[in-house]
Amino acid sequence: MTRNTSNTPLDTPTGSTAPAPSGQAAQTEVSSSAATHRHGAVVEFSGVTKDFGGHRALAGFDLTLHAGEFVALLGPSGSGKTTALRALAGLESTDAGIILVDGVDVSTLPTSRRDMGMVFQAYSLFPHLSAGENVEFGLRMRGVAAAARRRRAGDALALVGLAGHYDRFAHQLSGGQQQRVALARALVTEPRVLLLDEPLSALDAKVRVTLREEIRRIQTELGITTLFVTHDQDEALAIADRVAVMRDGRIEQVGTPEDLYSRPVSPFIADFVGLSNQLTGMVRNGFAELYGTRLPLLDPSQADGTVLVAVRPEDLELSADGVAGVVTASSFHGSLRRTRVRFADGAEVSVQHGVRLHPAPGDAVRVRFTGAPVSVAAAANPVQAGSRP
Amino acid sequence: MAAVTGPIVREGVAHAPSRAVRALILGVIGFLFVIPFVAMVEFTLRKGLAGGHDFSRWSALFQGGLTGPYRQVLVAVGNSVGLAVGTVLIVLLLLVPTMLLVHIRFPRLRRLLEFVCILPISIPAIVLVVGLAPVYSVLSRLAGSGVWTLSLAYGIIVLPYAYRAIQANLDAVDVRTLSEAARTLGAGWGSVLFRVLLPNLRRGLLAGAFIAVAVVLGEFTIASLLSRVNLQTALVVVSKADPYTAVILSLLSLILAFLLLLLIGRLGAERTSSPRHRPIGGRQ
Repeated sequence: MTRNTSNTPLDTPTGSTAPAPSGQAAQTEVSSSAATHRHGAVVEFSGVTKDFGGHRALAGFDLTLHAGEFVALLGPSGSGKTTALRALAGLESTDAGIILVDGVDVSTLPTSRRDMGMVFQAYSLFPHLSAGENVEFGLRMRGVAAAARRRRAGDALALVGLAGHYDRFAHQLSGGQQQRVALARALVTEPRVLLLDEPLSALDAKVRVTLREEIRRIQTELGITTLFVTHDQDEALAIADRVAVMRDGRIEQVGTPEDLYSRPVSPFIADFVGLSNQLTGMVRNGFAELYGTRLPLLDPSQADGTVLVAVRPEDLELSADGVAGVVTASSFHGSLRRTRVRFADGAEVSVQHGVRLHPAPGDAVRVRFTGAPVSVAAAANPVQAGSRP
Repeated sequence: MAAVTGPIVREGVAHAPSRAVRALILGVIGFLFVIPFVAMVEFTLRKGLAGGHDFSRWSALFQGGLTGPYRQVLVAVGNSVGLAVGTVLIVLLLLVPTMLLVHIRFPRLRRLLEFVCILPISIPAIVLVVGLAPVYSVLSRLAGSGVWTLSLAYGIIVLPYAYRAIQANLDAVDVRTLSEAARTLGAGWGSVLFRVLLPNLRRGLLAGAFIAVAVVLGEFTIASLLSRVNLQTALVVVSKADPYTAVILSLLSLILAFLLLLLIGRLGAERTSSPRHRPIGGRQ
């Protein structure tokens, strides 16, 4: 990951937005603190537990964020990802466990003293303040002088592409612009950690993609440790250094996006991250057998027996030979098409293929397995195992 | 695979009435409100059995000044204004913090608070006084029987109106998220309250204050039954001696109330699009 070595707008000296003499950043009383945080803080959750009236939101949650790392917390609703983020922000107390930031336990610190920037899912700009005043708010709380506040707020707005919006109020901004201002507001104080609680979920699809790329660019520029909560796997896989998938208050798997997609540790991960066809098969001698096809296993030491096999749609193809089936649906996705095929035993699979093929419902086709299964697990109920694309 | 979300749409008010319809509605309502005032003014201008109209009663009142029995009215005006201020303070210092606390920290108590606050509206004033009388007898021994003690009773009777006005504003503002955002930015609870929440609850607070002032200036029953002097009880005393002057004083008290409400409105005038700061040079 690229670390910040240049003078970013937020590091600009308070007196001027122009480069400092001799190309060095003239550190001021405000921006000097940035030097310590420029590469981000190390965050460690250790055995964090949180109950909400009988519901265990976090059950021994463990996770480490390296300095300057962008980690996405991914999981279904109720998995505890937002609770974990709020616990780090100090907005939720914890029942057990510790949270360390650069080795210091912050579990008992009030939110206002944790020095974290946060962007919320809901629009959270203060309606009575202009965009610039919103960005200034955190600096005002830190006692920064008015002129420096205004200058740094302007710089932060420029960083998020809203240089001309200083005097706009929240009701005069679009949803995407409001979240950009919220991002500028969270970043302008040069916090130790940036917390993003589904900040894109209220935006339309196109703005989401643009803004998530902006967030990643800015995070890379500033080198700030970032925890990003989302339920959108596309978002998580697209921008995070590592993705932690949560389930029932715990981390189910944490790894790079490629790891999660290619080597999921469980059928849950295989099913949750990307699309997968879950089919009943057999493992024999280090191979998975599906409909008469032998597929190599990622883990050849897998014990023999009936298993649930997860196969990605891109590892299946429509071909002249293979398992016979009938097309039940076919959908267009721009650069690709996905076709659902029902086999004779009732199992259904999703096959990803080029857009030049136009299978129609009712067509008889054949499906060939071309890639290794991404996940193989002992089938809990082999009789009912089918497909869940 | 990709989550689907809808675009953020800013919708205008659907089927808003035209300017003419709005003017018509305003005109009709205004007309209905003006009738009693015009009648009152006409009544004060009557020359009695001789017929005709003149300003003799108005000029006599202003030239003679509020002396003798009318002097009591001035005292009563002072009392009522003081009671209005006291009642508004009770709303701002007790009700508002309680509502915020319940809204942010103890949302499960909201129904209970609402029930308690709405309760006074269902209790007739006479019943309220029967309940308050023994309380006031104790209060008189402890803190005297000054007219200011009425503000405690008024603080109770304005609860339903003030609560609804403030709650409507609380529901319209995402108080929880705003306070959390402020805290993550380094604000303590004091800053959260004064720099973020109260400015955004200004409409509700103003409405609550308006209602409190209006209720207090028009209150008669409790003051009369507890033998305290306020504007309304003083006007009743005057009306028994001189109904014309009582109506003139009623009109003046209405103007006073109007000016008071106007002052409150001005003090809390909202800033919506006139930022304090000018744009930063070179960044626009």
